[in-house]
Amino acid sequence: MVELWNNYIWPFAWIVLLVLAIVVPLLLAVAYLTLLERRVMGFMQMRWGANVVGPFGLLQPLADGAKLFLKETIIPTGANRVVFVIAPMLTFILAFIAWAVIPFDDGLVLSDINVGVLYLFAISSLGVYGIVMAGWASNSRYAFLGALRSAAQMVSYEVSIGFVMVTVLVVVGSLNLTDIVMAQKEGMWFFIPLFPMFVIFFISALAETNRHPFDLPEAEAELVAGYQVEYSSMTFALFFLGEYANMILMSGITTILFLGGWLPPFDIAPFNWLPGPLWFFLKVLFLLFVFIWVRATLPRYRYDQLMRLGWKVFLPLSLFWVVVTSAVVVAFDLFPAK
Amino acid sequence: MIIASLAFYLFAIMTVGSALMVIVARNPVHSVLFLILAFFSSAGLFVLLGAEFLAMILVIVYVGAVAVLFMFVVMMLDINFVELRQGFLEYMPIGALVAVILLVEIAMVAAAWHFAPEAPEAMAAPLATLGAGHNTEALGNLIYTKYLYLFQGAGVVLLIAMIGAIVLTHRRRPGVKRQDISEQVSRRRDQAVEMKRVEPGQGV
Repeated sequence: MVELWNNYIWPFAWIVLLVLAIVVPLLLAVAYLTLLERRVMGFMQMRWGANVVGPFGLLQPLADGAKLFLKETIIPTGANRVVFVIAPMLTFILAFIAWAVIPFDDGLVLSDINVGVLYLFAISSLGVYGIVMAGWASNSRYAFLGALRSAAQMVSYEVSIGFVMVTVLVVVGSLNLTDIVMAQKEGMWFFIPLFPMFVIFFISALAETNRHPFDLPEAEAELVAGYQVEYSSMTFALFFLGEYANMILMSGITTILFLGGWLPPFDIAPFNWLPGPLWFFLKVLFLLFVFIWVRATLPRYRYDQLMRLGWKVFLPLSLFWVVVTSAVVVAFDLFPAK
Repeated sequence: MIIASLAFYLFAIMTVGSALMVIVARNPVHSVLFLILAFFSSAGLFVLLGAEFLAMILVIVYVGAVAVLFMFVVMMLDINFVELRQGFLEYMPIGALVAVILLVEIAMVAAAWHFAPEAPEAMAAPLATLGAGHNTEALGNLIYTKYLYLFQGAGVVLLIAMIGAIVLTHRRRPGVKRQDISEQVSRRRDQAVEMKRVEPGQGV
């Protein structure tokens, strides 16, 4: 009995606790990201945004959540019921399981695996299924068109994201996310030497999360919200939460790959007083602000322009930069010794 | 390790079960979804074997790219389910033949693994020459040194297949308006705007 407790039940309970310690703050962050978006966009467009429920509108996310929770879940008659219900769950779960490998500080990570970057890439490449399944199962033309657009868009931009990750790998010499951050401690943050890749990665992240200016899968002007048009109540809420959790995730990945993760900008007195996770949080917050800023500023791309940007601009550019980076690393013998 | 064996049986049953569902399911989209589940559970089996790099590559390449395009095509098929069932008996013998051939091949591979003279030492030390280090590094060392030409050859085969697909399907349609970005950007004001003095009541 004691053995059972020590070997199985206690480790299992400990892992569940750790998972909750990541997921609960994340859910809160997602809820308040929606408020942040409405407030920040409000100020950018010279209006107030949500400021009525609670002080500064701070209770608005809770009110929204309660409202969605109490609504009726409608499943259309012609829909494929099982796939229709699985799709939002899939989106939601995939947005959260990627956090298992994200390091918040040196050693503060749920699962420190050797192939962390590949894991993140694999999870983000699965994200398309939630949307495609939703679009197909809804049995509606708008939803279906949105799903087709989304599938093409996400596959296109994954290619350049992959090449950006390869560049970082060539510089670091490891697929482990903690190693990637530690490599930036000795040198400089990677957004300085790899600046073009940083820009490409961030723009591809916008496309990968279906955010403005690449939100063609939703495109309310032409597709009346695309793949999620038939969804209501909590099924809709899961899509919504998944999308915002994906934004936070992409900001987190950008922070780790290019902005030095939990490291302070300078390792001197006033900066290194703040703990690492706080620096991580601040950097992610900055990137999320840029996400919102872009949404408030730019008009939506046309579909053929989106495809052109992905295949004819980003793909050759990132491929070229992989070759250049490798050449520099070999020529100056910079490859990290293992 | 009870947990490891439990996980193995879970993934193994899921792989076999979903592979079976791929061919049993009536709806082709469900087939593709089960195929994805089969890929995914085999990735789980790879992780249990300690081959984490292969597991991730399996998910990225097959689930993240190949199956998406598969689904893309299958979703757009307009399928008559009654017609679909009619051809079953007709194709049954050929399908059975292929299945038997595959089964014999698998048996031969498994037998060779037991009876070949080099097998015991290969089993004892699968990557003896590669030294320690995790398997991403080991695979990289192997692929880019010993099997470099074969690896590049595989790449060339894929490239040719890609070019072939484009050549077969691409046709130049007349009368399509294409956007030429550089032409748009290089346009100057004097090319686009013309000032005209219009007399009242005359029109242009």
